[in-house]
Amino acid sequence: MQWEIVIGIETHAQLSTQSKIFSGSSTAYGAQPNTQANAVDLALPGVLPVLNKGAVERAIKLGLSVGAKINSPSIFARKNYFYPDLPKGYQISQFELPVVEGGHITIQVNDTEKSVRLTRAHLEEDAGKSLHEDFHGMSGIDLNRAGTPLLEIVTEPDMRSSAEAVAYAKKLHSLVRWIGICDGNMQEGSFRCDANVSVRAKGSDILGTRCEIKNLNSFRFLEKAIDFEARRQIEILEDGGTIRQETRLYDANKDETRTMRSKEDANDYRYFPDPDLLPLEISDNWINQLKDTLPELPEARRSRYISDFGLSDYDAAVLTGSREIADFFEETSAQLPNQAKLCANWVMGEISGRLNKEAIEITACPINPVHLAALLTRINDGTVSGKAAKTVFECMWNGELEQNVDAIIDAKGLKQISDDGAIEKLVDEVLAANAQQVEDYRNGKQKAFNSLVGQVMKATKGKANPAQVNTMLKNKLDS
Amino acid sequence: MTLSANDVKAIADLAYIEVNEGEVQATLSQLTDIFDLIETMQAVDTSSVEPMSHAQDVAQRLREDEVTESDQRESNQSVAPQVEAGLYLVPKVIE
Amino acid sequence: MFNASLKQLSIQLADKKVSSVELTKEYLQRIKTLNAEYNAFITVNEELSLAQAQLADQMIASGQAGTLTGIPIAQKDIFCAKDWLTTCGSKMLSNFVSPYDAGVIERFNQAGAVNIGKTNMDEFAMGSSNETSFYGPVRNPWDVAAVPGGSSGGSASAVAARLAPAATGTDTGGSIRQPAALCGISGIKPTYGLVSRYGMIAFASSLDQGGPMAKSAEDLALMLNVMTGFDARDSTSLQRDEEDYARDLEKPLLGLRIGLPKEYFAKGMSPDVERAVEQALNEYRQLGAETVEVSLPNSSLSIPVYYVLAPAEASSNLSRFDGVRYGYRAKSYGDLNDMYRKSRTQGFGAEVKRRILIGTYVLSHGYYDAYYIKAQKVRRLIAQDFADAFKQCDIMMGPTSPTVAFDIGEKSSDPIQMYLSDIYTSAASLAGLPGMSIPVGFGDKNRPVGLHIIGNYFTEAKMLNAAHQYQQATDWHQQAPGNIGI
Repeated sequence: MQWEIVIGIETHAQLSTQSKIFSGSSTAYGAQPNTQANAVDLALPGVLPVLNKGAVERAIKLGLSVGAKINSPSIFARKNYFYPDLPKGYQISQFELPVVEGGHITIQVNDTEKSVRLTRAHLEEDAGKSLHEDFHGMSGIDLNRAGTPLLEIVTEPDMRSSAEAVAYAKKLHSLVRWIGICDGNMQEGSFRCDANVSVRAKGSDILGTRCEIKNLNSFRFLEKAIDFEARRQIEILEDGGTIRQETRLYDANKDETRTMRSKEDANDYRYFPDPDLLPLEISDNWINQLKDTLPELPEARRSRYISDFGLSDYDAAVLTGSREIADFFEETSAQLPNQAKLCANWVMGEISGRLNKEAIEITACPINPVHLAALLTRINDGTVSGKAAKTVFECMWNGELEQNVDAIIDAKGLKQISDDGAIEKLVDEVLAANAQQVEDYRNGKQKAFNSLVGQVMKATKGKANPAQVNTMLKNKLDS
Repeated sequence: MTLSANDVKAIADLAYIEVNEGEVQATLSQLTDIFDLIETMQAVDTSSVEPMSHAQDVAQRLREDEVTESDQRESNQSVAPQVEAGLYLVPKVIE
Repeated sequence: MFNASLKQLSIQLADKKVSSVELTKEYLQRIKTLNAEYNAFITVNEELSLAQAQLADQMIASGQAGTLTGIPIAQKDIFCAKDWLTTCGSKMLSNFVSPYDAGVIERFNQAGAVNIGKTNMDEFAMGSSNETSFYGPVRNPWDVAAVPGGSSGGSASAVAARLAPAATGTDTGGSIRQPAALCGISGIKPTYGLVSRYGMIAFASSLDQGGPMAKSAEDLALMLNVMTGFDARDSTSLQRDEEDYARDLEKPLLGLRIGLPKEYFAKGMSPDVERAVEQALNEYRQLGAETVEVSLPNSSLSIPVYYVLAPAEASSNLSRFDGVRYGYRAKSYGDLNDMYRKSRTQGFGAEVKRRILIGTYVLSHGYYDAYYIKAQKVRRLIAQDFADAFKQCDIMMGPTSPTVAFDIGEKSSDPIQMYLSDIYTSAASLAGLPGMSIPVGFGDKNRPVGLHIIGNYFTEAKMLNAAHQYQQATDWHQQAPGNIGI
């Protein structure tokens, strides 16, 4: 039988506010345990929550970016359960009337475009952390993270492969950073995905029983966990078994998922509207103000790069993968009219490659768009060859000569020889010294021509314009 | 509706309150009396009524996104049953 | 001195006839002598009180005194006060020394008032007799065999026994008004949202409201001037212009339309209470007010609705008491779940556990709509009844409690009978309306009767005016129990 995998994703994006969602404590990462947990975060008797405007604004911005409906009023609810990292014995979340409802995100997989529908995105508070190092057989609780604002973004079960799931997660990851609502730091847990996976006979329109895989904190784990889970479910079904609805954990070391809790163990969360918080009203005026602060969105830029700059779909998609890369590209190309493709190649090639290699963000790139544009200008006007340009790039990366392109070219003697007379002299010398190869070429051996070009280039220490050398050699040999 | 002994045990579990076997019947009968009283509200027609969650018809006020709190760990933990290295200690958490 | 009004005390302090330290010492001495009898206070802390009194004397000396500067005020043990043991009447918090001040406590501190002690109360404010306190029952100064009412029973008893000039209380379904009635004092629960709930240990968040308890309406007005006001830390706190609640005290009542909800005068009220209430209404008519019959058709449902909504909110509010960060942790336990279960089972008393179970049930899967949502809908009908009735009257009056104070132990094994003590008070709580009780005579066994006054939203000044005018014409509020040694 042919199987179809059905995937929905829930993402917890930590919102990039200074303070917590219901208290004035700092959200900074990495503080000493419980030094950023105030009376409200600790749920001391008598304390009350007050909602952070910055968290609401970020939720609205996401809603605006995915074409969703912004609910007003929006309601906060209590989700009741006991856990040591949950100080109040309930989490303040949203149940009915989340801030964001509906919307969609477009993904591209294998050159096909697909729209993933969002169900909702709601605000909630994060829990603290249980530390399992042994304290005389006990666990330690750090509540610094308790009350950190999260936006939980939930999709419809619209994805059909791990590749689509990863494409969605990457797209969302890029979007939340693009609009500045989440730093996207997956190591620190700022962007965590849960995947709901089920399988069904291809062609069926009934959803199979799903399992939820929790806390996938890298795209690779997301992919591997879904692949493993789909295989596991298919094997069970092919053996005539049934899938049990449950929550599972992905173990990256063993590359497998395993049961965390079954549906029967699932809590009765007793959601009800939080009486300490009033209905959140979001005026059209406020929405419009926020709309004005949003940057041009990735989809809009992508289309513009294709239509205005004539870039390929692929190039446009890669360049709009993050707002910083897109900005870098645009600032570079602004200085080199009609050379968008050259700019794109360098941003996607040398710049991205080097950043990856050194594991730094483009915002920390030692070469700025002005420097890059200066270099590309010199390639364009024939001052340096593409190869020499890479040497110049290297010098600029290392901060040599204040990153002055022309100074580096001069100092390193990388200027391309474009003077016909000078090249002709060298060509003549090479032809005179290699009579055998000239003979070979004339007898139809193409290889001999390449060898002659190579020798001319070698004689110029690579500084001759290869195209020029080619033409001149050909003229002389064929005459 | 009728409340059963199993209901009492189930809600006690949810609420992390122990109701031992000897107390179940007494608790059940008290709760049953209370729910008999509560049931009287079912007689009213509320089909066109909106639920009322708050006494005042006011919208949520918002706090500016500013850090206003400083570290109060020492004072906050002075009332804690068991702390070590700034952490609250609890019996081993199994995930 | 112990019968003096707040205004009189304020003048004596200003005139240096007495210092705050002297006054505080007098009250501390009185509490030391009499608290064993009434059990009105859970905590007295001479050192903290006298330090505040010294500060108050400095404020007075430097001319910065306000009306309450230097005056001892008893604080219900539901308000967190920094460095004070704050127990909420529960074993769960029997070791909780608050690291912070409630909004209300801050306001009294800023006003220069002296915290004279933390008063006894029903555990987590759940009760109408003060018998559910971990610290034992409070006794009614009019008759030590009787309950003082609850949950603010310690505050009511303290004021009635003249152990404090005035006190704070909190009211969720009648917890200020009912004990005020049963102890023969005055008490007001303001409109929901006027008094900060920050640091007031939550019972039922959408109903809880702090308010003053004192000997007279005039004292209540002066207390409200300090207690009310916006607090940014409480999302339900209302942003309103400051008002002087004493501004209308002296207005004549001519033309005041008093609504008498007919449902409150039907069966249920005991004859002795009815007699005193009718007499009070006659007094009002003589003061120039007119009475009109109004109807609150859904008022009989206020107890069922209250016993869904309040326990539901409470079951969630009390989940934070888990023995992890503060409060009681069981001495011996197995795993984590066992620690939770034992700490909560041993830390909470029977009534609190009963309400947690009710609340957990009404919120649980499959019952939420039938109970919680249904109760919220009936709550709206109850509020609408008041809105309709207030078209015909300025304020409403009726009995505060169906009976005078009952005996200690009389109802403690019958939760339903206990719950019905709040039959006249819970509707106003559900609507968020202000309600007050003033003493209007005595019923059976010479125990006090309270008149319940319900006002429209934000009409506290008008209610206080009505109460004050009555108290100018009568002297019930000046009567003190005979055996309190003054």
